[in-house]
Amino acid sequence: MKLRVDWTVCDGRGTCVELLPEVLDQDPWGYPMPKDGSRAPEVPPEAEPYARRAVAYCPRLALRLVPSGR
Amino acid sequence: MTATMMHPGPLLSLAAAGLSEHVRRTGQLPWQGPGGRLIGLLERAGLTGRGGAGFPTWRKLAAVAVGERPVVIGNGAEGEPASAKDRTLLTRAPHLVLDGLQLAAEAVGADDCYLYVPARIADRARQALADRAGRDRFAVTVVEAPDTFVAGEESAVIARIAGRRALPTDKVDLVVRSGLRGRPTLVQNVETLAHLAVIAHRGPAAFRRSGTEAEPGSFLATIGGAVATPGVYEAPYGIRLGGLLELAGGPATQPGRDGGKQPLSAVLVGGYHGAWLPIADAVSAPMSRAGLAPFGATPGAGVVHALPASYCGLVETARITGYLAEQSARQCGPCRNGLPMMATTLHRLAAGERDSRLPDQLARLAALVVNRGACHHPDGTVRLVRSALRVFAAEIDLHLAGRCSTVEGRR
Repeated sequence: MKLRVDWTVCDGRGTCVELLPEVLDQDPWGYPMPKDGSRAPEVPPEAEPYARRAVAYCPRLALRLVPSGR
Repeated sequence: MTATMMHPGPLLSLAAAGLSEHVRRTGQLPWQGPGGRLIGLLERAGLTGRGGAGFPTWRKLAAVAVGERPVVIGNGAEGEPASAKDRTLLTRAPHLVLDGLQLAAEAVGADDCYLYVPARIADRARQALADRAGRDRFAVTVVEAPDTFVAGEESAVIARIAGRRALPTDKVDLVVRSGLRGRPTLVQNVETLAHLAVIAHRGPAAFRRSGTEAEPGSFLATIGGAVATPGVYEAPYGIRLGGLLELAGGPATQPGRDGGKQPLSAVLVGGYHGAWLPIADAVSAPMSRAGLAPFGATPGAGVVHALPASYCGLVETARITGYLAEQSARQCGPCRNGLPMMATTLHRLAAGERDSRLPDQLARLAALVVNRGACHHPDGTVRLVRSALRVFAAEIDLHLAGRCSTVEGRR
């Protein structure tokens, strides 16, 4: 699965960065920054439960998991 | 900017402002019937989008045609300040665009049809539509685009037509599948629609007589900056940038001297989201995706802007980046924060602040904002800034040493 950020909604609370340190860094302004530099980073299978939690706990509901093909 | 349109090609040679002259030149509307015959013609012609992205037009039409109750939108917003070709086309050849809109609507089986244009030409567009009563099968609603840079971005176009502000939105699905109110939507640049109409009128073989095998056809170029006769010109893809500059009369003459041509230092290709090429490379570089790829550039929407050697490339890039930062929709954090910081850093460098960390700071900021936004505004701005770091590298060294080539050139 890939993690998509709706940048128009995200305001950099940082919850996702805490839950998914293997996928996301935090930029100097607090916004999530995919470590692989991609638009929608791949989530390794072992991190998927944390990714789902990040999606559910995002206070702005800015995240979603989408199939890797898209 | 004056729109001179010298040397008309296959598109502009058919241009007529009024309907009767248009009909005299092109004949009746060449309806293609249901079943997507036009889509096959477009595939054979190899027409690609002229709004900047260069996507194959037939693919977009084919994707929209399979959906329920499709929407077709002719996009003439042209938010790019260095571009004048869409409004020139809508003024000089509105019926080519409107023919294209009708034929695209027929090909996809459209339910609704819109023309999205700046307010200052909306009345003219409505008049042209009124004149076409009896020629058209699809009613077209004119929607006014605000004069902002991002207003012509595909999702911003759809937002505006849906009655919201013209701001880009997050794209969960492709607009060809889910666009205006969730319906399959074709957003097509007005120049693309005009080419589409000419292909329906004249056939794909005639279209392929200009351009290259891989990138067929002609395009409208807005040629500006330090050229003798800035304006909109039609040229075939693959023409060398030097040839394009010649279409616009070559370099402008020196102010205050008699007859001498201004030396040029660089050319900005593809507009404010484009890339700089040093003049030595630009002269022989072909205006095509393949020809410009080695320079990190694309033809974009056909903007070519010549920089005179008397004008500092860093100052010009700082000015453009400042404009782009102002034009951020301020929805996405990296763009809202990063673009003003890039502009400020460039301004410091351009103004001669001797801080050797500035170029690295720019490169770091570019890496922070690229790929991180609902639209490509940050990515386009990064393309421009990165090209300036490459092309004006020697100028950056001069500035860091407390000098500037343009000042020294005047001594």
